[in-house]
Amino acid sequence: MDLKIIVLAKQVPDTRNVGKDAMKADGTVNRAALPAIFNPEDLNALEQALRIKDQHPGSSIILLTMGPGRAAEIIREGLFRGADGGYLLTDRAFAGADTLATSYALSMAIKKMGHFDLIIAGRQAIDGDTAQVGPQVAEKLGIAQITYVEEIISIADNKIRAKRRLEKGIEIVEGSMPLLLTINASAPECRPRNAKLVMKYKHARTVTEKQNEDTDYLSLYSSRPYLDLPEWSVIDVKADVAICGLSGSPTKVKKIENVVFQAKESKTLSNSDSDIEELMIELITNHTIG
Amino acid sequence: MANYFLDNPALKYHLDHPLMQEIVALKERNYADKDVFDYAPLDFEDAMDNFYRVMEIAGEVCGEVVAVNAEGVDHDGPEVINSRVKYAAGTQRNLDAAIQAGLMGLSMPRRYGGLNFPMVGFIMVSDMASRADAGFCNLWALQDCAETLYEFGNEEQRQFFIPQVCNGSTMSMDLTEPDAGSDLQAVMLRASYSEEDKCWRLNGVKRFITNGDSDIHLVLARSEEGTKDGRGLSMFIYDKKDGGVDVRRIENKMGIKGSPTCELTFKNAKAQLCGDRKMGLIKYVMSLMNGARLGIMAQATGLSEAAYREAVAYANDRKQFGKAIIEFPAVYEMIANIKAKTEASRSILYETARFVDLYKIWEDIEKDRKLEKEEKAQLKKYKKLADAYTPLGKAMTTEFCNQNAYDCIQVHGGSGFMKDYACERIYRDARITNIYEGTTQLQVIAAIRHVTTGTYLAQMQACQAEIISPELEPLKKRILAMTEKYETMVKQVMEIKNPEYTDFQARRLVETAGHIILSYLLILDANRMDSFRHSAEVYANIAETEVHKAANFIENFDVDSLAFYKG
Repeated sequence: MDLKIIVLAKQVPDTRNVGKDAMKADGTVNRAALPAIFNPEDLNALEQALRIKDQHPGSSIILLTMGPGRAAEIIREGLFRGADGGYLLTDRAFAGADTLATSYALSMAIKKMGHFDLIIAGRQAIDGDTAQVGPQVAEKLGIAQITYVEEIISIADNKIRAKRRLEKGIEIVEGSMPLLLTINASAPECRPRNAKLVMKYKHARTVTEKQNEDTDYLSLYSSRPYLDLPEWSVIDVKADVAICGLSGSPTKVKKIENVVFQAKESKTLSNSDSDIEELMIELITNHTIG
Repeated sequence: MANYFLDNPALKYHLDHPLMQEIVALKERNYADKDVFDYAPLDFEDAMDNFYRVMEIAGEVCGEVVAVNAEGVDHDGPEVINSRVKYAAGTQRNLDAAIQAGLMGLSMPRRYGGLNFPMVGFIMVSDMASRADAGFCNLWALQDCAETLYEFGNEEQRQFFIPQVCNGSTMSMDLTEPDAGSDLQAVMLRASYSEEDKCWRLNGVKRFITNGDSDIHLVLARSEEGTKDGRGLSMFIYDKKDGGVDVRRIENKMGIKGSPTCELTFKNAKAQLCGDRKMGLIKYVMSLMNGARLGIMAQATGLSEAAYREAVAYANDRKQFGKAIIEFPAVYEMIANIKAKTEASRSILYETARFVDLYKIWEDIEKDRKLEKEEKAQLKKYKKLADAYTPLGKAMTTEFCNQNAYDCIQVHGGSGFMKDYACERIYRDARITNIYEGTTQLQVIAAIRHVTTGTYLAQMQACQAEIISPELEPLKKRILAMTEKYETMVKQVMEIKNPEYTDFQARRLVETAGHIILSYLLILDANRMDSFRHSAEVYANIAETEVHKAANFIENFDVDSLAFYKG
C-alpha cells in the first residue's frame, strides 16, 4: 500500500542549549543567541514517515513548514533524510500566529496540496510547548487523529493501529485514514542525514533564497527541477488574511517574566522510614512526582 | 550534541591539504560524473563542500551513536548462535546508523553505487569511528575490502558485489589459519575446482578472522595442489548467501570486544576466483594488507585522540592539593606528550593516505588509457612513498597509541584502573593495533629497505628544503641535526655488512627515521596552522631524546655482543 504522507515540521530556537544570552533584558527571547533547529519531536514524526516508506517504498513524504525564509532549512533537512519534497509557507501576514492561526494556515496549505492519506506531526514544539497545532489541524480538516503516538503497529485495510504513550501507561488504538498522528519523543529518533541525499539536495533553494544568494550554480536549477523549493504565500493557499498571523490570533501575551531559580530554605531529612514517607507524600501531593 | 568532525579542527585542516586539489581533480576525472549522477560534485569547491558535509554526518554518527554505545558493546560483545554471529545490540545500532547515513562504499566509483571519495575521506571516517569505538571501526573499515574486489575482480564480480557493499553488506578478509599467522605462505585452506558444478569449492579452517560472519568474504586459499609456498595461493570470493561456512567460535579477547574474531570452518563452500590464479598472496593480499595497515593507522590515531580527550577532561576536573591536577608539571607534561604524539600520528596518517590516493588514482586511470611518461613517473613516485610510509606509519602510530593509552590511565591515577572510566577500554583496545595486520616487528622488516635505499632520507631532505616562517627555523635546525645523526647511524650499521646485525638494529633505525619525518611533518603543519606549534615543539623534544638514545646504543654497540642476546 503506497501512502501519501505529509509531515508537519517547525523550525524552533534550540531551547535545550540555553545560555546566559537566551533572554534579552526586556524579558523576550533572544532568538539571535539560540541556534534554529528542526523541532525534535517533528524529527521523530519524520522518522515514522520514513519507516512507513521503508515498508511501502512507493509512498511519498512531503514536508510542510511555516516560518520565515530561513525555515527552508527544515525542508532541506527533511530531504537529506529521505523526504521527497516540501513546501515552505511564508508570508509576513503569517507572522505572530498563535496555534489557532497556525493551524488555519497549515490546513489551508494542506487543502492545496491535494490528496493525502496521513499527516504526521511532532507532539509539540519546544518553543511553545502547547501540543495544540496537530489536533487543531485535524479538526480543521475534519479528519480523525491519534495523539501521543510512540509506535505505529500496523497499517492495513486503510486503518492504522498505533501505540499511544500516556502519562500512566500505554493505549493501543486504531483509526481510519485519512488520519493525523502526533508523535512523542519516546518514539525512535530520526535517522541521520544520508550522504548521497545531502550531496544531491544541498543546492536546493527557494526562489527567495536564490534571489538573495550569490550562487555560481544558477544554471543547475533548469536541469534539476527537484532543487526548486516551493514557497507559498497567504494568497497561494487562498487564506483569509484576517484570520492569519497576529490578527488571527486570540492569544495575547500579557507579560513575560525572566524567572531565575533560586534555592530557598533547605530541609534536612534523616534516613528513617518515617522521614522518607513524609517526603514521598509531600512530593506526590505537590505533584513533583507521580 | 557531540560531533567528532566539528569538534576537532585538525580533521578539516588535513582535509584542506594543498595536495587535495590534485587528488580530487584526478579522482573526479575533471568532474565528468556530474552529468550522470545527481550527487556528483560540480567542481573542486563543490567536491570539498561535499567532503565537509559528509564528514559532518560521519562525525555525528560517531559522536551521537557509536560513542554512546561503546561501553555497552564492550561489556556485551557478540555471541555465536547456531554457527552464526550475533552482534551486540549496540554494534547493530551503529551499523544501522552507518548504513542509513550512506557511509558505506565511500571510496567506490559511483557507477557501483559508491561515493567516489578519495582514501583521505575514508580514512577520516575510520579515524573518527575509532575515537568513538575502536572495535566498531573494524566492522566499518572492512568495507575497504571492496577496494581489492574493484582492483582485481572482473567486471561481472564488481557489478554483483560492490553495489551490495555500498548498500551495507559487510566484508571480511579470511587470511589467517591456525598455522599461518605472520607467515601466510603456510596457508592450507584447500580450493579445488569442481568440474561437475563448474565452480570452486573451499575446504578447511580459518582463524582469527575479524568479522568472520560477514556477507562477503575474500578468502586466501591453496588452489595449486601439492604446492607449499605463496605461489600456490589464490584469492576467492565467498558469498554468505551460498552457505558452506560456519562460525565455530569467537575468541574471548582482551579488547576491541565489539568486533567478532571468528574461527571458521569451510565445508565445500562455493566460491569464485578473484583475479588470476597463484596471485593471491603475491599480489592481492599484499595490496589488501597495505590498505588494512593504513586502516589500522587510522584506528590507532583515533584511539590516541580518545586517550588525549579523556586525559585532558579528567585532569581538568580532578582536584588535588587545592588545584586541578593539570596544573602540575608532571601531569601537564604527560598530556602535552599525548597530544604531540596524537597530532604527529595524524600527520603521517593523512600524508600516507594522500600518497596512496595518488598512486591508486593513476593506476585506475591506467586501466582506461596509456599513461604519459610524466604520469607514469608520478605513479611510481607515489607508489614508492606509500610503500615506504605505510609500514613506518603503522609502526609509529600504533606504538604511540599504546603509549598514549598507558599515559591516559596514569593521568587518571587509581580511578583509571577501575572500569568506571573509558581509559581502561581504550588501553585494552589499543593493545592489538601494534600486533594485527603485521606486528611492529614486521613493519620494521618492511620499512628497513627504505632506510638502506634512502627513501626516508630523501623525504627528510625534501622537507628540509621547504620554506617556512622564520620563527620555526630554530626548530628546523634541530631536526636537521637529527637527520645528520640518522645518516651517521645508518652508515655505522651498514658498514658492518652483517644482515643479522642490520636486522638487530633495524627497529632503532626505522624509529629514528620515523621520529625525524614526523618532526618535519609537524613543523610543516605548524607553518600552515598556528595551533600545531605546541605539538611541533613538544614532539621535537621527544624525537630528539629518542634519536639520541638510539644513536648512543648503535654507536656503543659491539657486534660481538649480539651473542649475549641469544640463548
